[in-house]
Amino acid sequence: MTGLTVRDLKVVFDGFVAVGGVDLDVPAGDVRFIIGPNGAGKTTLVDAITGLARATGTVTFDGQELLGRKVHRIARLGVGRTFQNSTVFEELTVLQNLDIAAGWHRGPLTLLRRRTSIPPRVQAALETIRLTAVRDQLAGTLPHGQKQWLEIGMLLVQDAKLFLLDEPVAGMSHEERDATGELLGELSRDHTVVVIEHDMDFLRRFARTVTVMHAGRILSEGTVAEVQADPRVQEVYLGHSVEA
Amino acid sequence: MTTLQDPVIAPDPTIQPATRRFGAGTGSRAVIGFGLAAVALFGLAPVVLGDFRLGLLAKYLCLAIVAVGIGLAWGRGGMLTLGQGVFFGLGGYAMAMHLKLTDAGPGQLPDFMQLYGQLDTLPWWWKPFASPAFALAATVLLPMLVALLLGLLIFRRRVRGAYFAILSQALCAALAIFLIGQQGTTGGTNGLTDIQGFFGYDLNDPLNRRTVYFVVAAALLAVLGIAWQLMRSRYGELLVAVRDGEERVRFLGYDPANVKLVAYVVAAGMAGLAGALFVPAVGIISPAMIGVVPSIEFVIGVAVGGRAGLVGPALGAIAVAWARTALSERLPSAWTYFEGLLFILPVVFLPGGLASLAVLLRRRTAKKEVAA
Amino acid sequence: MTLVLSQLFTGISIGAVLLLIALGLSLTFGQMNVINMAHGELIAAGAYTVYVLQKVLSGAGLSLLIALPVAFVVAGLLGVLIEVLLIRRLYARPLDTLLVTWGVSLILQQVFRDVFGAPNVQTRAPSALTGSIHVTDDLVISSSRVFILVLALVAVAALTAGLRTTPLGRRIRAVVQNRDLAAVSGLATGRVDRLTFFIGSGLAGIAGVALTLVGPIGPTMGTNLIVNAFLVVVVGGIGQLKGTVIVAFTLGIVQSMVEYTTTVSVASVIVFVVIVAFLQWRPQGLFTLRTRSLA
Repeated sequence: MTGLTVRDLKVVFDGFVAVGGVDLDVPAGDVRFIIGPNGAGKTTLVDAITGLARATGTVTFDGQELLGRKVHRIARLGVGRTFQNSTVFEELTVLQNLDIAAGWHRGPLTLLRRRTSIPPRVQAALETIRLTAVRDQLAGTLPHGQKQWLEIGMLLVQDAKLFLLDEPVAGMSHEERDATGELLGELSRDHTVVVIEHDMDFLRRFARTVTVMHAGRILSEGTVAEVQADPRVQEVYLGHSVEA
Repeated sequence: MTTLQDPVIAPDPTIQPATRRFGAGTGSRAVIGFGLAAVALFGLAPVVLGDFRLGLLAKYLCLAIVAVGIGLAWGRGGMLTLGQGVFFGLGGYAMAMHLKLTDAGPGQLPDFMQLYGQLDTLPWWWKPFASPAFALAATVLLPMLVALLLGLLIFRRRVRGAYFAILSQALCAALAIFLIGQQGTTGGTNGLTDIQGFFGYDLNDPLNRRTVYFVVAAALLAVLGIAWQLMRSRYGELLVAVRDGEERVRFLGYDPANVKLVAYVVAAGMAGLAGALFVPAVGIISPAMIGVVPSIEFVIGVAVGGRAGLVGPALGAIAVAWARTALSERLPSAWTYFEGLLFILPVVFLPGGLASLAVLLRRRTAKKEVAA
Repeated sequence: MTLVLSQLFTGISIGAVLLLIALGLSLTFGQMNVINMAHGELIAAGAYTVYVLQKVLSGAGLSLLIALPVAFVVAGLLGVLIEVLLIRRLYARPLDTLLVTWGVSLILQQVFRDVFGAPNVQTRAPSALTGSIHVTDDLVISSSRVFILVLALVAVAALTAGLRTTPLGRRIRAVVQNRDLAAVSGLATGRVDRLTFFIGSGLAGIAGVALTLVGPIGPTMGTNLIVNAFLVVVVGGIGQLKGTVIVAFTLGIVQSMVEYTTTVSVASVIVFVVIVAFLQWRPQGLFTLRTRSLA
């Protein structure tokens, strides 16, 4: 298991430089938090890694170059992501959501048949994300926190090795945050986890390493304590409480 | 293990699993449904209806076959296809070409070619349609092939939503203009008319026309069966996922273009089959039945009946076609106003179509039972 | 050479008609993402306005001039009525708007039939526009076609200037670019929508006036016209006026050239193939704004 390596990544939208030359190394098994003010280019960075935004430079994961590949090809290499606004399939049940996430490799014959039993991987994910009781409920009726867990569950069954989570705990209660944080720690045993987050309290408790972005570039990198002590970081956040 | 809290909410009994909500039900319910439909189509209708009305019903059932395909592509797949007339027409013309050639007899030209075409020999692309096997296969495969080519080109480039609808409509307009212009070889505006026989059976004989009805009814049941299996399968779930979040599906490792392509091609095949059966049932196929206007009219029955269901589109198509016959002859002006309202009212106020009324009623009774 | 020039001008005048029709759509479809299938009937309403005015007024030239603003208002008000009664409820469901407005178009067609009769009606062209202009001995172009071309170009110029410089234009662009932000900033987005729709529909009325010079006026005259006009907006790029202009003229010229070398019948299919091929290269249309979104 090797990690994620990003070299000189640039994303430009109609002349606007959203990400301007980013180098990033996330070793396998890390729980890396990416923070930064709005517009720092965090989500765009993830968009570039997953093939949504066109970028230059190189991005390798597990020794494979990702840039230039189509979105679904990158996903098949084990790169999974979630979105700021949860994007589960609301008209389908929890079980159907997970079953679809687990199935890109299915052949036509399997697809054209009905699901007769719950695949073991899906069952395990249901238990991990504690949604077994609501598995036949439409995903659209779940409260926000459970939708976010469903997204994480979908990454699990998708067999993603790299999790790119975009603000996974936004809008969650304290208990839900704690549970999510512990789940992330659990995941890092056999996955590489990258989290974009604004919640500093959550970050302090669950981040192993932190990357701070500002204006499309990496400003600082290190452990939580190192990053918090960095004067450049304090300058960027000046006027804002780091607690915000 | 993690310490996620157990979910506080209990499963809501009024929310049904998606498969049931959409009406592609469990095995036993489906068998009952198919049984009832078979009894109605094969037992009841031929006894109750006279020859003329049974002939009309055969025509309506053809439209219902198109509607089942649209329900799959639009209701489940989100592809509002305003161009089913193209596939209906390809199927219809393929069948009519064969029947015209058999009517004319071996070595003879179809009547209209002698009239307008001043042709001495059959055009090369008519020749294969003399073979019944080729013609029959072409009625379904030709539309599917065209849909496959077009679908590959536009779904892969992520042309979708309104753009897809407009493109499919433009294809319809193009094909209708094309056919009208080729009077010598396609019959032009008149189309291929005056079909006399159907694989050796004289279509003027009422008994044979009843047989055509049974063929159409059987085809509708078969098409419903195919759609039912597709909707309840894993593919059906994936199709809904693509409809609601095409990009999200991409991030799960699927290429949504392929998922949409299957539904689109199947819907095209169904429209082609319907067109092929329309020819012996009605005796004519012409550009007026495949252009922009009829193509969008195919959609209306689907919207009225309930786009996302299995039987909703078929029933809606039959009901709208019946209403058209009943109203348009007596009150042509009133019919057009009524048809306009049919497009407006269900879509604005009842997006789920009449099928959603049934679901609402069921839910209300369920709640009453819980309350009692 | 003359033949080529003459075909070129035919193409340009087809393009001018397309442009006049598509211009209104580029506002309602391009800027507001509303697929108004009744746009064709708004064109017919503009054309019937000329017909009615000629019954009332004697001079063909005068009635045509008066018809331009009157048709703009008539079609515009009709459009606003549709927006207020129906489309407003459907902003989140663009495909459903398409079906609903198709219903509206059926109803309007029947209204035209019941009021003016099912057969086409005729209007008189002003004498100034009935002749033709001899550019060279061989190259003859009709005055009415030149008038339509000028009208289309004036409409484009007015619309561009209006969107760029007037406060209303700025509001329209603000609402198009970010509806939520515009609403939060205190813009009455509902009112802006109605005004946009008024102008877009009014432009259809103007197109209708122009069409009386080149063809018959009938209840269903708009249906076939708008299919191609929608294509023009799609291929030009949503929300891009310059794309609409370029594509309208290009499509007109391509169509006239292909029709000349083959037949109208074959040209219809070839033009469709060309458009699908073009979308392989530019699936979002000729001009696009690249943004970060999952749409």
